Amino acid sequence: MSESVLLDPGSERDPAEREPHGLPVDLAGKTVGLLDISKPRGDVFLDEIARLLEAEGAAVARFKKPTFTRPAPTGLRQEIAEQCDLVLEGLAD
Amino acid sequence: MSEGNRYVVVTKKDCPTCQLIEPALEELAKQSTLKVFNQDGPDFPVLTGAEVVDDHELDGSWALNVEIVPTLVCYQGDQEVGRTEGWERAAWRQLTGFDSLGEALPEFRPGCGSLTRDPSIAPRLEARHGSGRLKARRLTLASLEDAIEVCYERGFSDGLPVVPPTPERVITMLSGTQRDPGEILGDVPPDLVPVSIEKVAINAVMAGCRPEYLPVVIAAVEAALDEPFCMHGLLATTYFSGPMVVVSGPLARRIGMNAGVNALGQGNRANATIGRALQLVIRNVGGGRPGGVDRATLGNPGKYTFCFAEDEDLAWTSLSEDRGFAREQTTVTLFAADGVQGIVDQKAREPEPLCRSFAAGLRVVSHPKMVQAPDAFLVVSPEHARVFHDAGWSKQQVTERLHELLLIDGSELVQGAGGMAEGLPAKLGGRRFRKFRKNGLTLVRAGGGAGMFSAIIGGWGASGEIGSSPVTKEVRS
Repeated sequence: MSESVLLDPGSERDPAEREPHGLPVDLAGKTVGLLDISKPRGDVFLDEIARLLEAEGAAVARFKKPTFTRPAPTGLRQEIAEQCDLVLEGLAD
Repeated sequence: MSEGNRYVVVTKKDCPTCQLIEPALEELAKQSTLKVFNQDGPDFPVLTGAEVVDDHELDGSWALNVEIVPTLVCYQGDQEVGRTEGWERAAWRQLTGFDSLGEALPEFRPGCGSLTRDPSIAPRLEARHGSGRLKARRLTLASLEDAIEVCYERGFSDGLPVVPPTPERVITMLSGTQRDPGEILGDVPPDLVPVSIEKVAINAVMAGCRPEYLPVVIAAVEAALDEPFCMHGLLATTYFSGPMVVVSGPLARRIGMNAGVNALGQGNRANATIGRALQLVIRNVGGGRPGGVDRATLGNPGKYTFCFAEDEDLAWTSLSEDRGFAREQTTVTLFAADGVQGIVDQKAREPEPLCRSFAAGLRVVSHPKMVQAPDAFLVVSPEHARVFHDAGWSKQQVTERLHELLLIDGSELVQGAGGMAEGLPAKLGGRRFRKFRKNGLTLVRAGGGAGMFSAIIGGWGASGEIGSSPVTKEVRS
């Protein structure tokens, strides 16, 4: 049997490449979203991050995913996008 | 004679009816415009006054879409106006308007199958001519490229060689299901890419499946994409787990799955390739690859493939029945599984001591102090199951007793207890805890007839609503 032609087993997608936003010059007056993914002690870590951000003059908005095992619900992602200039997400244990 | 008509006949020398009607073809050739496509060589039929085409490549026969030889097709201009299969004298005469055609021949002889329908040939023809059923992008290899190496280079492999998914092989694979190759089963995480039956078939070819396994693979993919299974999180987790596939019901036996000796091990094609096909769909369609979104600290060897069949016994309900289906239905159950932990008890002859051994083994799943986090499967071997069967214990009684034995005092589970830092907060020390959530323990029979060994298969630490629940789907043809 000829094996000169194969069928693509993959997604056949060309992922859209997006340029990341540049880093902000300073945080004063900016709203930073902190997303807790519901891992144990994630809140302890993010509390400390919030304290440091507020010391820089940023406003902090807190968010939480229902469970770390699933992607953030669409509503939550939209809420973060509406309210925040920047977002930090804690991904690890 | 019908004026202005022309005729095409498809024949095969190997067909006795085609040999029989050779004189009738000669008569027809003398009276009208006749073209014959012969499927097996240039030396038949011998006709004067007719164009005989050597169609051993079968392109002409394919274009005419014949199922039987001989087939007589009648045209007016370029328009087909009728056809008849085999030799039915009245039909040939009616179609040709030639009232004395085949006078010396019998009235009726059935034909033979067209070579275009030969199962070893049809996929090649469909691949060559294209039926429009295959939509996947075609990758053309350079003449010196090795197809298996190309699959490695393009990242299609799980680390082991894959069977190159040629169009012929994929068409053959699709013969295993009546479902439309274009049917979409859902979005495969992590990239949430819609997956068609065709893409499942391509990955099943690569995994080494036979066509009759395809319905089982499709059901496994459907189960993986069901929201409660939480395939996205299972893939992304740092934990060991991956999808384990358990097949219950008559189709498991029909396709030769192993539920007996070495059921959880290597050596059976169906077990090995069905589990692998599911993993390849996640990898190739969903984009879920180790080091990418798959962040497993260690993983486990079952992430190549982890699939077995249930050894059903009438003494116990089958897994299909336990999951809300009938015993006659074939089902696929997916579980977010770690590896196998053996449990040995060669002394127990009564249910109670055997339950206590099982409970002691189940207690340590994930960690002896971790409760209601992982689910577990208990694969009960026939010799262990016999202890329960002899005493008349149902599977439900055994499960219930295990839950009772796995009620644990919080004092044993708190941080620091037993000299281990891991554990529950101290304030929970006064309560009792179930080791597993209510539906978190599943029993299934499998294994060889000798050995008082069963297998505990622990699950992902995130079970139930916050993570994964076992999901069962019926296998559909």
